[in-house]
Amino acid sequence: MITLHWLYVLAGMMFAAFALLSALDRANPRRFGNAAFWGLMALSLLGGDFIGDFGNGLLVLGLAGLAGFGLIGRSHPPTTSEEERQAWSERLGNKLFLPALIIPATALLGTLLYNYTPLGDTGLFEAKRETYVLLGLGVLLALATIFVWLKPPALAPLQEGRRLIDAIGWAAVLPQMLAALGVLFAAAGVGTIIGELTQAIIPRGNVFLTVAVFGLGMAMFTIIMGNAFAAFPVMAAAIGVPLLIQGYGGDPAVVGAVGMLAGFCGTLMTPMAANFNLVPAALLELKDQYGVIRAQIATALPMLAVNILIIYLAAFR
Amino acid sequence: MTNYWPLLGIALVVAGFALRLNPMLVVTAAAILTGLLGGMDVIEVISTFGKAFNDNRIIAIVWIVLPVIGLLERHGLQQRAATLIRGFKNATTGRLLILYLIYRQLTAAIGLHSTAGHPQTVRPLVAPMALAAAEKQHGELDEDTAEKVKAYSAATDNVGLFFGEDIFFAIGSIVLIQQTLVTYGYNLAPLELALWAIPTAICAFLIHGTRLLLFDRSLKRRAP
Repeated sequence: MITLHWLYVLAGMMFAAFALLSALDRANPRRFGNAAFWGLMALSLLGGDFIGDFGNGLLVLGLAGLAGFGLIGRSHPPTTSEEERQAWSERLGNKLFLPALIIPATALLGTLLYNYTPLGDTGLFEAKRETYVLLGLGVLLALATIFVWLKPPALAPLQEGRRLIDAIGWAAVLPQMLAALGVLFAAAGVGTIIGELTQAIIPRGNVFLTVAVFGLGMAMFTIIMGNAFAAFPVMAAAIGVPLLIQGYGGDPAVVGAVGMLAGFCGTLMTPMAANFNLVPAALLELKDQYGVIRAQIATALPMLAVNILIIYLAAFR
Repeated sequence: MTNYWPLLGIALVVAGFALRLNPMLVVTAAAILTGLLGGMDVIEVISTFGKAFNDNRIIAIVWIVLPVIGLLERHGLQQRAATLIRGFKNATTGRLLILYLIYRQLTAAIGLHSTAGHPQTVRPLVAPMALAAAEKQHGELDEDTAEKVKAYSAATDNVGLFFGEDIFFAIGSIVLIQQTLVTYGYNLAPLELALWAIPTAICAFLIHGTRLLLFDRSLKRRAP
């Protein structure tokens, strides 16, 4: 059976290659910081099951330390020039989008085939995780297609991948850290506490009001923290799981997916999400640094109402 | 008597993010503080945090698409996206931004969120094109109007991205939702979650698209 572990090995080897190429990159003054950071990610993916819980804990502290004390920097791996890219773009046309389509197409068609034909009975993939396994397959197919079609240098996918991952930096690991924080919140009983407090405020059995408080809470926490990813584990522990899913029997897929989107409405309204709201104001030389936020509020507020309604109508069918 | 102290962990996250401290450090500190206040000892907290990180490794696998995206960028993907967007000209400001909204939502939904963005497309293409369209129709723009056109261009990028990207299942937010719910024993398939991003995406298109058409009208009224 092909399990997620195959995928961890694939991703782990990719991060190991990023680490190695980082260490060899003399042009980056922080090259050993980058090498250590991506090396720890590789260790986690390849060996996380063998180093014990405490070992994993130390690994996470290492990642946080490297990121938090500014020990990783942006690299500039070899790539093509602006002029070369323009020439390629003109030569290849819109066909350039097609290899990227291979990834979602493989995952989507594969998942449908696996679930709605006898293929599923073969037990080829780990249950509920076939889409991720197929994602890996899609990536390999897309890479193979590009190699046959465009014949890039052998190291190009790793160097180009490193260019992008270094541009993202530690933010690439943040969602995983936030998920782990959510587990700590759950273990320490944060959800139970907020759930009790909320139950004391909202009249028992009022599903609509509870959904509204959940949606508004996602948006509010996102506005304060600037990040819906950080708000989600908190609100799931507080209201989403104990009240909406366990208490009133709501569909966890709707509560989770649309709850996150309610948080995104908060992102549209907060200066804390500087990348999305303040940076573009500066890039476009707006006089009002909140100009982008002002242009978004009249979309964000109705969208928040829409998301609350979708949860209420779809999760409790 | 309920122990309310673990709530300080949330307060620490809020304070740390507000003070612009590095989020990796804030999250780690909050996790450790929450665990300690919840009655664990230091070793237990670090182990629990480590185990949770290890259990959530699936979130890291979304990055395996980067070599593919990087290779396509090497061969001019950004430039191709720019050419495609340049083809939206000859529309009014509002209609041009609606076309860009469609482009942004559709490409984000298939995992190509990096083909567009504020530095890549809004600043060099979308905002200048939107300004040019407004000037062509209404003559010289006063400063306030020009500001508004630019702000709407950036806003359209954000709306398109936020309410398109979750349709792609291999994105951080979808995997984070899935892994958070697994903690409570709800094991969902990623496509189930991505599917529920579609109604919101359609509503976002309708609401923001309507606002863009109304913006066209208000531009007409502003014109001398």
